[in-house]
Amino acid sequence: MIIDGKTGPWEIVIGLEVHAQVISKAKLFSGASTEFGAEPNAQVSFVDAGFPGMLPVINRACVEQAVKTGLGLNATINEVSVFDRKNYFYPDLPAGYQISQYKQPIVGEGHLDIDLPGGETRRIGIERLHLEQDAGKSIHDQHPQKTYIDLNRAGVALMEIVSKPELRSPEEAGAYMRKMRALVRYLGTCDGNMEEGSLRCDANVSVRRPGEGLGTRCELKNINSIRFVMQAIEYEARRQVDVLEDGGTIRQETRLFDSAKGVTRPMRSKEHAHDYRYFPDPDLLPLVLDRSWIEEVRANLPELPDAKKARFVADYKLTPYDASVLVAEKENAEFFEVVATGRKDPKLAANWVIVELFGALNRLGRDIATSPVSAAHLAGLLDLIENDTISGRIAKDVFGFMVETGKDAATIVAERGLRQVTDSGAIEAAIDKVVAENAAKVAEYRSGKQALFGWFVGQVMKSTGGKANPASVNEILRKKLAG
Amino acid sequence: MSAPTTLTDLTIAAARKGLAARDFTARELAAAHLAAMERHKDLNAYIVATPDQALAMAEASDVRLATGKAGALEGIPLGIKDLFCTKDVQTTAASRILEGFRPPYESTVSQNLWDAGAVMLGKTNLDEFAMGSSNMTSAFGGVKNPWKRRGDDRDLVPGGSSGGSAAAVAARIAMGATATDTGGSIRQPAAFCGVVGIKPTYGRCSRWGIVAFASSLDQAGPIARDVRDTAILLRAMAGHDPKDSTSVPRPVPDYEAALGRSLKGLRFGIPREYRLDGLSPEIQRLWDQGIAWLRDAGAEPVEISLPHTKYALPAYYIVAPAEASSNLARYDGVRFGLRVPGNSIEELYEHSRAAGFGAEVRRRILIGTYVLSAGYYDAYYLKAQKVRALIARDFEQAYQSCDVILTPTAPSAAFAMGEKMDDPVAMYLNDVFTVTVNLAGLPGISVPAGLSQDGLPLGLQLIGRAFDEETLFAVSHVLEGAAGFAARPGA
Repeated sequence: MIIDGKTGPWEIVIGLEVHAQVISKAKLFSGASTEFGAEPNAQVSFVDAGFPGMLPVINRACVEQAVKTGLGLNATINEVSVFDRKNYFYPDLPAGYQISQYKQPIVGEGHLDIDLPGGETRRIGIERLHLEQDAGKSIHDQHPQKTYIDLNRAGVALMEIVSKPELRSPEEAGAYMRKMRALVRYLGTCDGNMEEGSLRCDANVSVRRPGEGLGTRCELKNINSIRFVMQAIEYEARRQVDVLEDGGTIRQETRLFDSAKGVTRPMRSKEHAHDYRYFPDPDLLPLVLDRSWIEEVRANLPELPDAKKARFVADYKLTPYDASVLVAEKENAEFFEVVATGRKDPKLAANWVIVELFGALNRLGRDIATSPVSAAHLAGLLDLIENDTISGRIAKDVFGFMVETGKDAATIVAERGLRQVTDSGAIEAAIDKVVAENAAKVAEYRSGKQALFGWFVGQVMKSTGGKANPASVNEILRKKLAG
Repeated sequence: MSAPTTLTDLTIAAARKGLAARDFTARELAAAHLAAMERHKDLNAYIVATPDQALAMAEASDVRLATGKAGALEGIPLGIKDLFCTKDVQTTAASRILEGFRPPYESTVSQNLWDAGAVMLGKTNLDEFAMGSSNMTSAFGGVKNPWKRRGDDRDLVPGGSSGGSAAAVAARIAMGATATDTGGSIRQPAAFCGVVGIKPTYGRCSRWGIVAFASSLDQAGPIARDVRDTAILLRAMAGHDPKDSTSVPRPVPDYEAALGRSLKGLRFGIPREYRLDGLSPEIQRLWDQGIAWLRDAGAEPVEISLPHTKYALPAYYIVAPAEASSNLARYDGVRFGLRVPGNSIEELYEHSRAAGFGAEVRRRILIGTYVLSAGYYDAYYLKAQKVRALIARDFEQAYQSCDVILTPTAPSAAFAMGEKMDDPVAMYLNDVFTVTVNLAGLPGISVPAGLSQDGLPLGLQLIGRAFDEETLFAVSHVLEGAAGFAARPGA
């Protein structure tokens, strides 16, 4: 995206740092549970609370999740990686340091192909992925003077995934986040839930004249939805352009996104003036992975969004855009496949899922998991269309009833007598009646006003309550009008 | 039936026999030690005595002894360095910041001892957070060495950091004690107090539940009155622990079985670089004597070179404080230990840590924070790690031509309380012969080998190959026999 400033065009340069909470039963270095929503401080081991003499022990399950994610990002898996201590004082960081990976992360360079409107894709470089501990939560609003600490989250495994500064617009940043969320959900390595904070993101934003070197960047923190990622970047880029065009300079700083006001503001310098004094954690040995184990993990990866999209295009003849819409959520893709499998016209299934079903879910504010119309029921509806039991037109009404009642299509068609009339005698009678009652129009038609044909079709359909088979109506009507 | 005073003179091996033969009970043995602890309270060797626990544990031992279920250390009363977390018993690391802290868990090493039937007498004093070579940095006061210079009544230090453990064992108020060694904290106090102490190979004993000083150097080991007792204790303490990623999954040998091994054909190295300029003549004499004893036993001395020795002390005083500065960040007044309130979280940290940490601990936190800081990391910490690798390589190369290395343990005998206190560097020099061993992760043992001119014990150190504690026990056993060290404090 190019911003047109007063003095000319500006290009936005964006890099994203995604923090994805790893799906695992236990924390990264302790056996404490990771389940969300427990009573404060109910899931805290002495390791998590930084008690004297307690030692971290790496959770292999979290390592496997990071490797899976790395493989999903087409990235290099480092057979040797090192855990470092990032030292700073904060009450929700009990040991006074976070165990993270600094110089030798578990995953190196890779890429993520993002899906853009119109079915295009763009490849975004991944710089690295590393494992680290999450901190606890400071709760400031329970007491006028005191801060309460909840350590349930302290020590939960996070994957920090850093992109290269290759995103060029808020839309691309949004597409990147959507694709990243889809990927980790497909892999089962993170639930992708941004509201609960299991997927978070910081954005590094700078602007430059097209073709020039990188400008000074600002890091935007505290962004907890894809919409906010886009808003924050948009605001920040325009802010930077304004500053530069007014002759100012951009200071490299960390800024918080205020979602209520839609603005970014600098953090107090105290909040980020840290020297983290990284050094290798002497309590942990370097993490050494076996090449054959990595290959085993690779062999057991599920089908990922890009592969699924390619398959949908090849097998179901979908447009790349429709395919990308369907694969964005694993559950949607699975739903579609149930509806489309064995169908003569799978594109019809794609249209019904994307247009009718997603439209209905949107109106209802539901997702696919709580859809009132199951995949089997939607497949049943399409069966009725394909075997001429109902017309496409009637199908939309039937679908409306399905959404309302949760009943299957055949039941609704039977209950409401919506079965399509294919009996040519009945259609003929209806046509005869329309022709008899509209002699003037028939005369006009016959004198050459062919455009009236559609009007006659409409009248016939109206008189049959829409149930007449449109093909039969066309055929018989054409004959009758021909005289 | 022996009198209580003589019960405390027994070695662990002798007590084991006496208990098995029911010559006396574990309760009597514990009671004799508790009474001796009362008499020697002035030594300040214990921060906390646990008499009720000791008697209860001893009674349980008596039941097991009577029913044939005795463990390897059944009924043996021990002191536990107050760096080991002991469940529900105050654990302070000799720091105000942990005063009153009762861990809800037991360290792996102490649990191993209890599982073997040992009896806890109390928590022994140490330098605060094990930082010191005199035991003078303890927030609960220094420990007096039970030894005195001939004709001089001044109180001497027991060495450190495991000064309480060494003094307690020397004074017969524990049959043995746990200790830890980061730069010499087992071996130097053992030498100063005329007892035996071994720092095993890094990874031999679990660090789980031991208050951390410098994680890559800290290692637990025993102090006892002779080599055999030390071997008995180490066997019970050592072992792989899945809760400590740096502990090593190797079976623990029967160390006692190594005693009496012939030294014929064994080559022992004498590192050229340890002949320091200005090394005291009596230390040099002791070292030469040690060489002669081993030669007499059929071993062959070999001159070796450990060329990076001179960088060991500076490297140690970068790596250890660096790790300590991070390890001690958790003492922040928020969750346990001392809290001194303030008007903000920063003030709470500042007040609590200023009031809770003593001068030496503060000094090391500052040094450690400095050497890890942006812009200094490469020049200090990274360089020190490189030196460390070179020191380890020095040893590897030396072990091409020898099986074990013989050196003095410390450059001097015990000094008076108050001496060297105003000069941290003079104090740090105490570790000159011992720190290399920690930097290389190797095992080292100190065995008393003679007396100084003014009648104080002096120790010789043996350094072994990684996980070759057996050779250390075999060789030190020979030195012990040859030295015939029979002097006792206060005699």
